[in-house]
Amino acid sequence: MKPSLELNDISYSYHTLDGETHALSNISFSLAPGEFTAVVGPSGCGKSTLLSLIAGLMKPESGQIYLNGEPLTENSSKIGYMLQHDHLFEWRTVYRNVLLGAEINKTLTPEIKEKANVLLEQYGLKRFARSKPSELSGGMRQRAALIRTLLLEPELLLLDEPFSALDYQTRLTVSDDIGQIIRRSGKTALLVTHDLSEAVSLSDRVIVLTRRPASIARIVPVTFDLDKDTPLNRRNAPEFKTYFNEIWKELNHDE
Amino acid sequence: MNKISHGQELFLSRLRRHRIFVCTARVLILILFLILWEACANTGIIDSFIFSSPSRIVLCFWEMVLDGSIFLHIGITLYETIASFLLVTLLSILSAVLLWCSRKLSEILEPYLVVLNSLPQSALAPLLIVWLGATPVTIIVAGMSVAIFGSIMNLYTSFITVDQEKIKLIYTLHGTRRHALFKVVLPSSIPAVISNMKVNIGLCLVGVVIGEFLAARNGLGYLIIYSSQVFKMNWLLMSIVLLCIMAMALYAVIGVVEKLYMKRF
Ligand SMILES: Nc1ncnc2c1ncn2[C@@H]1O[C@H](COP(=O)(O)OP(=O)(O)OP(=O)(O)O)[C@@H](O)[C@H]1O
Ligand SMILES: [Mg+2]
Repeated sequence: MKPSLELNDISYSYHTLDGETHALSNISFSLAPGEFTAVVGPSGCGKSTLLSLIAGLMKPESGQIYLNGEPLTENSSKIGYMLQHDHLFEWRTVYRNVLLGAEINKTLTPEIKEKANVLLEQYGLKRFARSKPSELSGGMRQRAALIRTLLLEPELLLLDEPFSALDYQTRLTVSDDIGQIIRRSGKTALLVTHDLSEAVSLSDRVIVLTRRPASIARIVPVTFDLDKDTPLNRRNAPEFKTYFNEIWKELNHDE
Repeated sequence: MNKISHGQELFLSRLRRHRIFVCTARVLILILFLILWEACANTGIIDSFIFSSPSRIVLCFWEMVLDGSIFLHIGITLYETIASFLLVTLLSILSAVLLWCSRKLSEILEPYLVVLNSLPQSALAPLLIVWLGATPVTIIVAGMSVAIFGSIMNLYTSFITVDQEKIKLIYTLHGTRRHALFKVVLPSSIPAVISNMKVNIGLCLVGVVIGEFLAARNGLGYLIIYSSQVFKMNWLLMSIVLLCIMAMALYAVIGVVEKLYMKRF
């Protein structure tokens, strides 16, 4: 099967007056359709840069990115990118925030509105459709942001630490919750996270990056032998600790 | 309604008493000042020819209401102020958008804007009169010249300080720079636009009055200059009082606009 996303020898540097920051160096990997992959790495190593390149917001200095076998075009509509903060606009209701992407892409059809309503209902936000974003809790805001991204029907989801703004308790439930939603949707997903247990409990594979300039230290496949493979069950399974320690060691042994 | 605790009630009543005291004190000072002024003028402690008095000012106002001439003067000044205010608001938003669209343009023009803004714009008024003639248009332009440069700079600053991550969000939703402008930059700058309007309305009035000093046959500014030349101090002081009231009223109108906006969001 054709990989959903393929990165071939990607490098990137930021140029400023103060000098050059070499952020990514020779990154290659590919994602199979429907696969959920997590990316972990030391802070400031270039994880967000990687996602911005895949999303087409910046161009790699060298290397190629293929989406379903085709070279990446700028701002491809097949990619949905969820940022660290929800950035719901206070001057719009939750409902109109959710429809922002459709508005921009001029796909504001009755079907999309219907779908928005269905998703709001599913994710328990129906009651708040006409409210201001400030009336939502952190987890609800994140779910609204997810609906905003999903309404564009992306094939590939990029998630940049989408849960890091939440407090620990909410984060556990929201990350499990959203992880399941994405899995059920069958979309290919690439999740950047600081939290190793989040990576292990949600993903099929964990890509471990080195310090800046980031290159791939290792790719750890994560498989659990469970009847019901949910994030919560994974956290309680015996393999969880093994994977966790393995990735943790990989992150820390290049000190 | 929740039942209010005793402590809260005490706090509220203390606050209310405080407010009443402040308001009464304010009104009393005004009344006292007016009485003192009137008394001094009537007993000859101050020269009523030079310092006028409240009753003379009111009488003078009433005479001009009866012959209708005051409405012309107020109307002209009001018209010119509002016209220049609306033009300043419109033009400065358009210019700021233009500057936002092109970083090159904004960097090239920045020093010119700074110079034009730090210049005392009242110095431009005589120039405008020579160039444009002594017409209401000149006075409107004079009013605009006082406010426009600062207004452009304020708005542009608020445009470029919009959260870059919000703009990035627009791009992640496959939007363009035009979308960033209309979906993020402009909506999030509305509070800045309103507070900018509050400053502008006052500045436009100043500019218009300066313009009228120099080149008008009507308007409160003209009335002030004319009456000082013929020593009609009643007229002069009345015009100043009217300008005060006008400034307050215009400011209040924008306050109402702000309240309406706040209520919507
Ligand atoms: N616009 C920029 N200009 C210059 N340098 C930048 C820019 N953006 C990021 N960098 C630098 O590039 C490096 C990688 O940044 P990036 O944001 O990709 O890291 P990250 O892994 O996402 O970090 P974090 O864990 O903090 O989210 C950092 O050292 C950062 O200082
Ligand atoms: Mg980051």
